[in-house]
Amino acid sequence: MATTTRPAAPPESIEAVPVRHPGRWIAVVVIAIAAAMFVNMLLTNPAFNWSFMVDNMFLPNVLAGVRTTLVMTVLSMVIGVIIGIVLAVMRLSPNPIVSTTAWVYVWFFRAIPRIVLLFLFGNLGILYQRYELGVPFDTQIGNLIGIDLNTRFLGLDARTIVTGFMAGLLGLALSEGAYMAEIVRAGIQSVDPGQGEAASALGMSRALTMRRIVLPQAMRVIVPPTGNETIAMLKDTSLLLAVPVTNELFFQLQGIGSRTFQVFPMLVAACLWYLAMTSVLMVGQYFLERRYSRGFGARLSKEQRALQEAQAAGGAH
Amino acid sequence: MVKSEGVRKSFGHTEVLKGINLVVMPREVMCIIGPSGSGKSTFLRCINHLEKINGGRLWVDGELVGYRQKGDKLYELKDKEVAAHRRDIGMVFQRFNLFPHLTAMENVMEAPVKVKGESKANARRAAEETLEQVGLSDKSHAFPNALSGGQQQRVAIARALAMRPKLMLFDEPTSALDPELVGEVLDVMRRLALEIGMTMVVVTHEMGFAREVGDTLVFMDGGVIVEAGDPKQVLTSPQHERTQAFLSKVL
Repeated sequence: MATTTRPAAPPESIEAVPVRHPGRWIAVVVIAIAAAMFVNMLLTNPAFNWSFMVDNMFLPNVLAGVRTTLVMTVLSMVIGVIIGIVLAVMRLSPNPIVSTTAWVYVWFFRAIPRIVLLFLFGNLGILYQRYELGVPFDTQIGNLIGIDLNTRFLGLDARTIVTGFMAGLLGLALSEGAYMAEIVRAGIQSVDPGQGEAASALGMSRALTMRRIVLPQAMRVIVPPTGNETIAMLKDTSLLLAVPVTNELFFQLQGIGSRTFQVFPMLVAACLWYLAMTSVLMVGQYFLERRYSRGFGARLSKEQRALQEAQAAGGAH
Repeated sequence: MVKSEGVRKSFGHTEVLKGINLVVMPREVMCIIGPSGSGKSTFLRCINHLEKINGGRLWVDGELVGYRQKGDKLYELKDKEVAAHRRDIGMVFQRFNLFPHLTAMENVMEAPVKVKGESKANARRAAEETLEQVGLSDKSHAFPNALSGGQQQRVAIARALAMRPKLMLFDEPTSALDPELVGEVLDVMRRLALEIGMTMVVVTHEMGFAREVGDTLVFMDGGVIVEAGDPKQVLTSPQHERTQAFLSKVL
C-alpha cells in the first residue's frame, strides 16, 4: 500500500460531462405552449370583457363589499380563536363534564357544513320573534308555585339582533371555534409535559402556567394552521350569500353580473379580489410564524443580534 | 426540614413507595441512590407534591404536604395553597425543563415577577446575581437551545434559586449531561451546599459527590430504604447485601 503513504498532492478538480436532463426541456416546451394558449384565450375571448370588468370591480359598493369581507374574516377569526382556546382548555380539563361538553361542541359544529349552518342562522328569526334576558324557566317556575312570574329585564326583537351580518358572523365564528379548538389542543399537547412540571415546581398556578409557559410555546404549532384557517375563512365569507349578507363582496359582484348579464367578467373579478386579499394574508402569516419561532431553531435573541452587529461593525475599523 | 413517615405511593396497582421514613435536617445535604425503578425520583417528586402520596405523612418545614389536618381528618389543599407551598421548594430536573421561548435571564425572572409579584427591576438585579452565582452572567441573553447541557442545568439551578427556596430538590441533575459537563454542575451544587448551607435532597448516581458533599446517604431499592447513614461509611462498608450488590456494580 505505497500509494497511501505518498505525500498528498492536492487532487485536481473534476471536469466531467454533467448528466443531461432531456425531460426538463420537454417539460419546458409543453408548459410554454400551454401557457401561450392560456394567455391567448385571456386576450382574444370576448367573454372576458376586460374593460367592463375593470370598470365595475372598483365600484363603491364592491369596495364596501371588500371591506365587509375583511371585517367579517377578522371578526369571525378573532371570536373563533377565543372560542377555540377556551374549548381546548376545557377539553383538556380533568373535569369530565367540562371536557365532554367541549367534545360535543366540536363534534356538532364540525359535522355541519358551513353553508347549511349559515342558512340555519339566517333563519333564526323563525325560532323566536324576541330574545329576552332573565331567570331561566321563570314562567314555568311561576306556574308551578302559582304566581305570574316575569323576570325578563331586557328584550330585543329578533330582526334587530339577528341581522344578516350578526347571523353570518355567528355561523362562521361558531364553526371556526370548533376547528380552532382542535388546532389549539394539538398545540398544547405538543408542549413537553416537563414544562408544566417546572412551572408548577416554581409555584405557578395552572392558569399562569397556561398563559405564560404553555400557550406561547404552543403558538409555534398553532400559528401555521391558523394562517390556513384565516385564508380559508376569507374565502368562506363568499358562503354568506346563504344568510344572506347582502353587502359582502361576492354577493355584490354577482349582483352586478346578473343585472348586466355580464356574469363571467364579474366572476373573474371575484377571483382577482380573493387572490389579492389572500396574498396579503400570506405575507402576514410569514411574519407571525417568525415571531413565534422565538427560542427555536438557530435564531438569535434581539440582544445577541445587536451584539453581533456591534462586533462586526467594530471589526470593520 | 423534611420529615417523612411511612410514605406510600402507588401508580395503579404497582406500589412504588412502600413506607419511607426519613428526616432531613436544616442545612443537611441528603443524597439518595439506588437502581432505576427503586422509587427515589418518585419520592423526590412527592416532597413538592408533584406526585400525590397514597399513605403516610410528609412534612416540609413543619407543614403537611398537600393536606391540612383538622382533628384527625385530612383535607386536600386547593391548587393555590399547594402552589404557595411549592414556592419555598426549588426543584431541578434531569432534563432541565428550561422554558425554551425565554432567554436565560427571563427564565430566572419569570417566577419572581409573576408569582411573587416582584418589580421587574428588582427581579432583574436578583437574576443577574443568581446567574453570576452559577457562573453564567455572560449568557443571560441566550436562549436555552444556544446553551450546552451543563449551562442549561446551571440556568435551571439559578431559576430555582431565584425564588429563594428553603429547600432544593435535585432529580438526577447530571444524568442527561455529557461526561465532561458533569463537573461544572456538581461544582455549583457543591458551592450551594458548602458556602450557602442550602438544605438539599439530591437523587444522583454521582458517588463522588455523595461522598464529598453529602451529610447522609440513603440507598433505596424496591420502594423501601435499605440502608442510610454517613456516606463514607455506607460507600466503603455497606451493611446490607443489596447495597453491596448495587455498589459493586456502580463503583
